[in-house]
Amino acid sequence: MSELGTLVTDRSIVVCCGSGGVGKTTVSATFALAAARAGRRACVVTVDPARRLADSLGVQSLLNTPTEVAGDWPGHLFALMLDTKGTFDELVNRYARTPEQAEGILANRLYQNLAGALSGTQEYMAMEKLYELVDSGQFDVVVVDTPPTRNALDLLDAPRRLTRFLENRLFRALLLPTRMSLRAVGVATQALLRTISKVAGAEIVQDAVSFFQAFEGMEEGFRTRAGAVREMLADPATAFVLVTSARPDAISEASFFAEKLRERGVTPAALVVNRIHPSFGDSRGPEGPLPADLAALEDNLATMRVVAQREERAYAGLAQQVAPAPIGRIPLFSHDVHELHALQVTADQLFA
Amino acid sequence: MDLGTFCSQSHVLVVAGKGGVGKTAMTAAIARMASLTGRSVLIVELEGKSGITGAFGLSEDLGYDEVELQEAAAGQGTVRARRITPDDALVEYLEDHGLKRVSKRLVSSGVVDVVSTAIPGIRDVLVLGKVKQLERDRVADLILVDAPATGHAITFLTSAAGLVSAARGGPLRTQAQDVVDLLSDSSRCRVLLVTLPEDMPVSEAIESAYTLEDKAGVQLGPVIVNACDPPPVGLETPAAEVVAAAGLVVSPDHVAALEAARQFRLERHAMTAAQIDRLARDLPLPHLLVPSVGSASIGPAETNLLAAALASAVADLAPEVEVPVQ
Repeated sequence: MSELGTLVTDRSIVVCCGSGGVGKTTVSATFALAAARAGRRACVVTVDPARRLADSLGVQSLLNTPTEVAGDWPGHLFALMLDTKGTFDELVNRYARTPEQAEGILANRLYQNLAGALSGTQEYMAMEKLYELVDSGQFDVVVVDTPPTRNALDLLDAPRRLTRFLENRLFRALLLPTRMSLRAVGVATQALLRTISKVAGAEIVQDAVSFFQAFEGMEEGFRTRAGAVREMLADPATAFVLVTSARPDAISEASFFAEKLRERGVTPAALVVNRIHPSFGDSRGPEGPLPADLAALEDNLATMRVVAQREERAYAGLAQQVAPAPIGRIPLFSHDVHELHALQVTADQLFA
Repeated sequence: MDLGTFCSQSHVLVVAGKGGVGKTAMTAAIARMASLTGRSVLIVELEGKSGITGAFGLSEDLGYDEVELQEAAAGQGTVRARRITPDDALVEYLEDHGLKRVSKRLVSSGVVDVVSTAIPGIRDVLVLGKVKQLERDRVADLILVDAPATGHAITFLTSAAGLVSAARGGPLRTQAQDVVDLLSDSSRCRVLLVTLPEDMPVSEAIESAYTLEDKAGVQLGPVIVNACDPPPVGLETPAAEVVAAAGLVVSPDHVAALEAARQFRLERHAMTAAQIDRLARDLPLPHLLVPSVGSASIGPAETNLLAAALASAVADLAPEVEVPVQ
């Protein structure tokens, strides 16, 4: 078993991260497939709303709950597509003290916008779903495909961001009885509130107040949960896999991403370089003048080799940056990967 | 189409596309191309660290203040760039509305997070409101907006329309209406989509194009297809036959390498050609095909190459047919 292979046999959580458009979804599915082939119960969580993953797994559509993908392997492969709003609703239902409280929150306009508008919510819900799946004990390994973020910190900071939002001091002050709150929040804060009403409209302030009222008493549950999610990500059984395509611009983004992860004390457990041009060896051609058609063939071969060398130089630097993490390489196929067979071929290449 | 005509069709060009398609390189190339017609260009970057300064040979990151990327010279306009983030735009908006004293605190206390969650789209509207103000003030002959990655770009461009229908009145609604007016007037603003000749990027470009026209009411310019492989020439015959006909001694390894490279190139080219055909079939917009610059990073030399390629693709465009007003 290759060093990369031990990730799918030994770890219980694999988080695939990297910038958008590098094939993270395909790589995540490949890792889960490899785990199923190794006899484990694997589940892949995708955040990509495109139908590609469903297509490549040969299933009609993906739900917010795991669906088993049928196939000829000793283990089991499940897949689900993250529904950010649905996952958030589940959390609210879990932590509400009464069904009425949950209902009040779910109906609030500000809450309804929360999933789509607060940056980091999607990232947090992906981590939340991951926690839920791991916690259920149904799977040996859960592989999660993360939203395409420019900033790695969005992924790691998301739980904290949400709890900070829910604990907003200013709005919490509004929950106190009116007269007291005015004194408590002070002159400057009153000015702020007047500002909000003036610029954004009074109903916005009202929505916000009723949202925080409805949330009363639930922050503790959210905070505890966010802490548990953070611990799960820091656990040695969790592997972060940095995914990049071989395009030089993607590699420089991945390098930036790796640096941000390192600042946060996260070491990538592996680097996967996707869509690598084949290198076509180093054989030598005949010397001297060549007929035109042979010269065209030689030119083409030379061009292809230059492309491959340039790519290799670009990702060698990144490999050094994340050393000693092993590198997985996926070649650029001359066709697109979007069916189960192609995914199996990808897995063969990656875990060879 | 005449290059000058292309560069003066709209005052603001929004460059949008999926992550990794080379949106920033194209933004730099359009800026360079327009500057060579003597026009002054302002690039507005929205997300941090795009590398646009590197495309002009500078190393600093952009901030709220303008940076000159290229000086004016004979027959060449200036290229300047700045970054506008939602927080910057909000602080400026509040200051403009006489709230200078509290603006910083609104941002730092997290109130802005609450408000922008309560009003989705407010951040986008404020940023585009700032772009509108720059356009009105005629700060440059051409303003190029390096839009966020599509998905986000769709939200970015449709937020204003959403806010107009949701808000009852007040300064924000006015701001949103101004933005809608800008986006829906093709003499003021157009959107250029950037894509790659590959399956997913092409699908996404087609989908975004329809969504943007329907929901944001924007006029789309030609679609820029980046990293197009030039057609392979002289690769019709299998390597073994060519080598045999040449009567030269070539190692079997090398013949195999020549053949593998030949087949790979032909297959990849057939695949990209099929994607360009699909784009043409499913999206009735003209294309600007730009070759791959084949370099590890985009610097001034690559920007020049891309600008020249783009200019020749523009020259090949059919002149725009005037639609008679009914």
